[in-house]
Amino acid sequence: MGLFDKFDGLAAARRELQALGIDPFGVEIERIVSPTEGIIRGRPTILAGTNNYLGLTFNAECIAAAHRALDAEGTGTTGSRMANGSYASHRRLEEELAAFYGKRDAIVFSTGYQANLGMLAGLTGPNDVVLLDADCHASIYDGCRLAGAEVIRFRHNNAADLDRRMRRLGPRAADALILVEGIYSMLGDRAPLADIVAVKREHGGYLLVDEAHSLGVLGERGRGLVEETGVLADADFIVGTFSKSLGGTGGFCVSDLPALDLARYASRPYIFTASPAPATIASTRAALAILAAGRELRARLRANFERLHAALTAMGYTLGAPPGPVIAVVQGDRSEALQFWNRLLQRGVYVNLMLPPATPDGVSLIRCSVSAAHSPAQIDAVCAAFADLRAAAGVSTAGRGAAA
Amino acid sequence: MLAYPQILAELCDELAALTQRRVAVGEDTDLLGDLKLDSLQVMNLLLQVEDRFDISIPVSILPDVRTVKDLALQIENLAREG
Repeated sequence: MGLFDKFDGLAAARRELQALGIDPFGVEIERIVSPTEGIIRGRPTILAGTNNYLGLTFNAECIAAAHRALDAEGTGTTGSRMANGSYASHRRLEEELAAFYGKRDAIVFSTGYQANLGMLAGLTGPNDVVLLDADCHASIYDGCRLAGAEVIRFRHNNAADLDRRMRRLGPRAADALILVEGIYSMLGDRAPLADIVAVKREHGGYLLVDEAHSLGVLGERGRGLVEETGVLADADFIVGTFSKSLGGTGGFCVSDLPALDLARYASRPYIFTASPAPATIASTRAALAILAAGRELRARLRANFERLHAALTAMGYTLGAPPGPVIAVVQGDRSEALQFWNRLLQRGVYVNLMLPPATPDGVSLIRCSVSAAHSPAQIDAVCAAFADLRAAAGVSTAGRGAAA
Repeated sequence: MLAYPQILAELCDELAALTQRRVAVGEDTDLLGDLKLDSLQVMNLLLQVEDRFDISIPVSILPDVRTVKDLALQIENLAREG
């Protein structure tokens, strides 16, 4: 078998996508105008698939902080923190993240993907057991693989299933690492965290919660599902990303456990990569302060996603979860989803197309992510595009109410 | 203690249900090649098998599993260790 033979399937799949005239997985945003608008194929397009939940990418304070750091500290760090040293700002951000959660310490990673990769590779090894929710993100699966850990999956959002699997582990359960996410990125549903914590309290083990999509979104102070559920103290490790609500690039983990600091020395994704650039760290620190005080931003985000969710429900669309910043519209088969995605783009709305096997249970999804920066008029325009497509499909939306 | 023939029989049952009996399943059936299962379906099969035999099956065994026989042998091993 030749080196490139394995690409035959991919090439065929891509030909189908290209027949559309645009590859949904290779969209070029020719010009980015604001957190919620860009120019795609020469036309103004509403961006409703960016994970820019608080809309901070164009925040004046964040931009000014990045400018100052760029001028004062240069474009890049040119090396890893372990080999080439940390900048003071890396450590300050770690202290600020730890203080934000009221935890002992934090580690900053260069990307969100690496935060999961780095924590799993740092914490676990071939003799350790990781229990993960079946719908966990690819970065979590990849981290387990890098670690060589024994991975046991449990059924998505099913605490009883986790309980059964921990029981089977016997005494090993007490040292197992349980992994769940605050908001799951595909369907936008939340972990039943109180139930998961109850299972952990019974069997022991450690809990890592990935709040990538819930940081800045859930909880009074934006600390995610752990805050909203009131289980901050039960989450041994909280992982998050800078690339969504914080509008930058990077990731982190916070914990009360002293082992966190030692995990740095065991984490290849932390050791063998360049540290985040000074401007990235500076904008993230400014964004974190805004996020922590951002009740009004969260209220605006909530109003936006509740409105879009209610409108799509009333039109008769099948949605993946109750209202949240990720709104996934369940489509029929893959080619139906592809056409639907393309027609939305033609109507000036950019969302994400999600196809199996990246999605749970083989479903195809049109995934919207809502931002606090979406104006009421933009939400109206997104609703109008969805209504238009519903009408084009010959389904009357009149009088369906919220029953669907 | 679980014996190989019993594991094989139950595994074939499980796979026949999963593939809606479109393909005859035997010891040498290739999970990906013959049954056209994707990686997610194979991992979901493990969830079923774990509950059926009441054992823990780490996902990390999968790179060594190509056929039904490979999987049955892995389960036999895990049941013996457990």
